[in-house]
Amino acid sequence: MQVCTKVHAANLVRWAADKPRVLVLSADLTSSCEADAFRDAYPDRFVSMGIAEQNMVSFAAGLAREGWMPLVHTFAVFICRRAYDQVAMSVAYANAPVKLIGFLPGITTPGGASHQAIDDVALMRQLPNMTVLEPGDATEVESVLDVMAAVPGPVYVRMLRGEVPRLFPADQPLCLDQPRVLSEGDDLSVFSTGICTEEALKAVAFLQARGLGVTHLHLSTLKPCTHPSVRAALERPRLGCISMENHLRTGGLGTVLAEAMADAGLGKRLVRLGLDDTFAHGGSRGYLMREHGLDAAALLRAASTLVGRPLHASPGELAAARTVALHSAARVEAL
Amino acid sequence: MGPPRPERAVTDLSWVADVEFAAAHIRRRVLAHTLAHGGGYMSQACSAAELLATLYLHVLQLPPVGLPILPQPFAGVPGRGNRAYRTGAYFNGTPGPQHDRFFLSPAHYALVVYATLVECGRMDPAGLEQFNLDGSSVEMIGAEHSPGMEVMAGSLGQAVSVAAGVAMARRRRGDRGRAVVMLSDGEFQIGQTWEALQAMAFHRLDNMLVYADCNGQQCDGAIDRVMRIEPLRARLEAFGCRVAQVDAHDAKALAAPATWRPDGRPLVVLAQSDPCRGLEPLRANAPKLHYLRLQSDAERARYRAALEAMRHGEGP
Repeated sequence: MQVCTKVHAANLVRWAADKPRVLVLSADLTSSCEADAFRDAYPDRFVSMGIAEQNMVSFAAGLAREGWMPLVHTFAVFICRRAYDQVAMSVAYANAPVKLIGFLPGITTPGGASHQAIDDVALMRQLPNMTVLEPGDATEVESVLDVMAAVPGPVYVRMLRGEVPRLFPADQPLCLDQPRVLSEGDDLSVFSTGICTEEALKAVAFLQARGLGVTHLHLSTLKPCTHPSVRAALERPRLGCISMENHLRTGGLGTVLAEAMADAGLGKRLVRLGLDDTFAHGGSRGYLMREHGLDAAALLRAASTLVGRPLHASPGELAAARTVALHSAARVEAL
Repeated sequence: MGPPRPERAVTDLSWVADVEFAAAHIRRRVLAHTLAHGGGYMSQACSAAELLATLYLHVLQLPPVGLPILPQPFAGVPGRGNRAYRTGAYFNGTPGPQHDRFFLSPAHYALVVYATLVECGRMDPAGLEQFNLDGSSVEMIGAEHSPGMEVMAGSLGQAVSVAAGVAMARRRRGDRGRAVVMLSDGEFQIGQTWEALQAMAFHRLDNMLVYADCNGQQCDGAIDRVMRIEPLRARLEAFGCRVAQVDAHDAKALAAPATWRPDGRPLVVLAQSDPCRGLEPLRANAPKLHYLRLQSDAERARYRAALEAMRHGEGP
């Protein structure tokens, strides 16, 4: 598996080259949000706003209303917590095409509770007019900007920085409201987002080796979530469904799926993996993923619950995820 | 900046008399409305009548309004599916690059703006009768779709930031028109207001003009008793603003700073106002002036008498 570095930094410069209406707004976290290369390449399109996120968000709404495409770069917590009223009233209400790029989702930072956005999907998904995207690998970090730009209203992107694996072929971009079907089977359905997909791939390979049929969907659009493959995957498994997200287990992917199940009248078990009504703390990603049950081992525990027998893997048995061969778009539709 | 409107005969200061005439009628309309409905944002009309009349009749460079000028029913909130949606800036005309844009930040001044629109011929007087009715766009707390409004400002402190974004966008586009914001002085208690001023100064948005109605009042009572904002002028200057301090009831004084040649600094006009101006009975309600609720027959009689006096041009 290829691991890429500072994918957004380079991609943003490349992507914005022929888009003169794109502006980048930053609140003193320009390098931390990989916007420094953009700033250096297009200084006249970089707008420094200082540590003042509330003003930055409303200011961006003013720019967007006048035909510019402001890309607000800061940590997700500051968009979703510090400036929530501004996001709701200045941006979402007006359906202003402000693109909010939130970094450090969930436990991807050792910065502790103040820096860890564990509630951002819940907060953003609640807002009328808002679209919520979460890339899960380098290919999606590269392609999310096109999807984001094509949406005529506000978009929240739960962005990844630093070292990002490439799980999906570079020529298979993220598409709006199009889950990726990573495997198919009749016993269990696994739904994963963001950094959890890499972990889920390891666990699913192990389960398949144990003879279980597993349908695995990777979702990079959390709102809207209307693709028929989601309902099909919820309906299909004999034993139940598992969701896995780098977020509270309420308000995010697990809730999206539970709502879809209820709407469709599906009586299935759904084990929702995520932070369980708790804040996290400072620590390494691997440590926090183990502690909060966001790793492959946690998915195996959830599967054990549904299957009714122990499914324990030794660390060596959980093979490192590799680039997965995807089913074609036609197969996605057919599921 | 700020010459008389083109359709007006250019005769020295005739516009001042027009502003004074309009301001008296704004107070009268808001008082009549308050009496008819048992309550209203009365002190805001008393403090800001000349300010809004000066803006609309003299300072703001606005194109004519289209037809109809009767507010249309609420057409839904903005969203991808709503093609019927339009903002209340319709009543300010369709702006070209040379035109100003007006942003009302304290959205509870809406009734005063509606009365101003009527006085300057931009809204049908029948529109006032739709105030606060179900299904009407003429809302009590002005929304984006309410006459004269362009942005959602009910959560105080946001409109100046949005207007600053508009000002930067317009400057990048080469527009000559300004972003003109009306603030209330209570909004200087809000952190975002200072974030916005700091950014306006840093980015040298001298195509912005901020008028603050400094009536010294807020919801809980006198500002000095709720949370002090003084020394306001010094604070604004320390933030890099250019400040004018004027009598809010003097049209010429209000209009003068709008003609100053831009010098890189955002311009803030502190309009020192009397929250009971032109309505003496209101003084008995101090320090609770934010919203006038008519409670007794005696009170209603006093205000009715004041309205009658206004109608007969005797002054209250």
